[in-house]
Amino acid sequence: MKKIMVCIKRVVDYNVRVRVKPDGSGVMLDGVKMSINPFDEIALEEALRIKERGTNAEVVVVSIGIADTQQQLRTALAMGADRAILVQTDQPVEPLSAARTFLALVNKENPDLVFLGKQAIDDDANQTGQMLAALWGRPQATYASKLELAEGKATVTREVDVGLETIEVDLPAVITVDLRLNEPRYVKLPDIMKAKKKPLDITTFEALGVNLVQGLKNVKTEPPPQRQKGIMVKDVAELVGVLKQKGLI
Amino acid sequence: MANILIIGEHDGKTLNPATLKCVTCARTLAGAKVSIALLGTDTAAVAAQAAAVQGVEKVLRIDRPENQHPLAASFAPQIVALAAAYSHVFGPSTSFGKDLMPRVAALLDAPQVSDLMSIDGAYRFRRPIYAGNAIVTVEADPARKLIATVRVASFEAAAGGGSAAIESVSLEVALPSHTRYVSVRSGATDRPDLQTASKVVSGGRALGSAENFKLLYSFADKIGAAVGASRAAVDAGYARNEMQVGQTGKIISPEMYIAIGISGAIQHLTGIKDARTIVAINKDAEAPIFEVADVGLVGDLFQIMPELERLVGN
Repeated sequence: MKKIMVCIKRVVDYNVRVRVKPDGSGVMLDGVKMSINPFDEIALEEALRIKERGTNAEVVVVSIGIADTQQQLRTALAMGADRAILVQTDQPVEPLSAARTFLALVNKENPDLVFLGKQAIDDDANQTGQMLAALWGRPQATYASKLELAEGKATVTREVDVGLETIEVDLPAVITVDLRLNEPRYVKLPDIMKAKKKPLDITTFEALGVNLVQGLKNVKTEPPPQRQKGIMVKDVAELVGVLKQKGLI
Repeated sequence: MANILIIGEHDGKTLNPATLKCVTCARTLAGAKVSIALLGTDTAAVAAQAAAVQGVEKVLRIDRPENQHPLAASFAPQIVALAAAYSHVFGPSTSFGKDLMPRVAALLDAPQVSDLMSIDGAYRFRRPIYAGNAIVTVEADPARKLIATVRVASFEAAAGGGSAAIESVSLEVALPSHTRYVSVRSGATDRPDLQTASKVVSGGRALGSAENFKLLYSFADKIGAAVGASRAAVDAGYARNEMQVGQTGKIISPEMYIAIGISGAIQHLTGIKDARTIVAINKDAEAPIFEVADVGLVGDLFQIMPELERLVGN
């Protein structure tokens, strides 16, 4: 295990209650706290644990986004990544374009493993990891909740609808991680200072030879329909009465 | 005209109801022709079920030994070979479809719409983003194929009574050996399936232990419900992972959802928004779950549950 690549995305923080813009052009992002996508943080944590387990693999963290995405990459460096690459753009990037971009980075870096979160909590697309694996012609192990590495292969337990599925994949491979794989570490102040000296390269789609083709266009964003406020009952007998009346029990 | 291929989900014996919902979704597009592809080792029985789904024109059977387990790396190139004749390829937004469809899309150089919740036109769709806090209308390039996963909670299952043609297809596609199935550990029970149950009883962190979840199982069995859990309850080890309901767990649309000791984090609410009736039992009157509940009861679940079970039987 020489090198691990972790793909992270800058997203609206998990705790922010997102609001739709009145003109329907998107959601309000001005002044909103931004963070590393929580699933990507778990992905990074897993890479760091593999490094610290004695493999001493180099952990390269990469992202695509606006210049401010450097903040999230610095946080990743403070967590323990060795270096960072930002593909800087002001354009919206759909999953297939992200996968193409990550493929270009994979071809440059030749990692043994690529980690991503299973989905980003902004667009909830759940596509990029699988698409990268497809374009790379390599295995994918999605929704990982447990990972064991052996020479040239990984055994991955996946969270699936029926329970837990285990598959074995040859390396290099793409692994997308689920919530219960690990609990990411907190960043300590001295590490934030150290992270400032770690290399963070900024590149572009052009420099990587990636041609962006837009396949999807967001034309309108609306708030979801609201549920009507219901009634409160005072005790179990009344509850059972209401449910019987509705024909539910 | 739209020619839609649906990738059927099944376990070798039974067609997953999620596939029936994909059919309903596909048929909301006027004039669409709908086919179902089934990959497996022997799909005869499942194909007969698929052929009986109303509105399906053709069922394609792709039987080969490598298709015993639904590995995306093996299924995707076969679906790519089938896709040539189709304008749209749909799969269910289950762990099966979510794993598989993006791999298909990338191999086809096609964009994917995830969690499609309504079709406004052959290349215009609506889908939830930000854990369902916003709904976005997406337009796709009509010059390319369109891949989608269908948000199963948004559609009813298609009825029976159809009689589609069944066709066995043999595909000359080399499959990779880099991905191998090892095992599956399932908590399968006699209870209804969480994803398709008409009633669901769900527990949160307030249950306090796996032992206390038995209160829920007992009540659920009495009313014929499936049992779900909040992320907090699963993280705490009170319930198995496949029971998780919410943004990153299962998104469900039962007739009745009973949330017991669940505060109602936004990520949980996104998984239950389509339930017909939401019942909430919580000791905290300020819990956000009461904002969405149709019927709410404030109180101690450890007193309420035994009484509820007793009264329901009367």
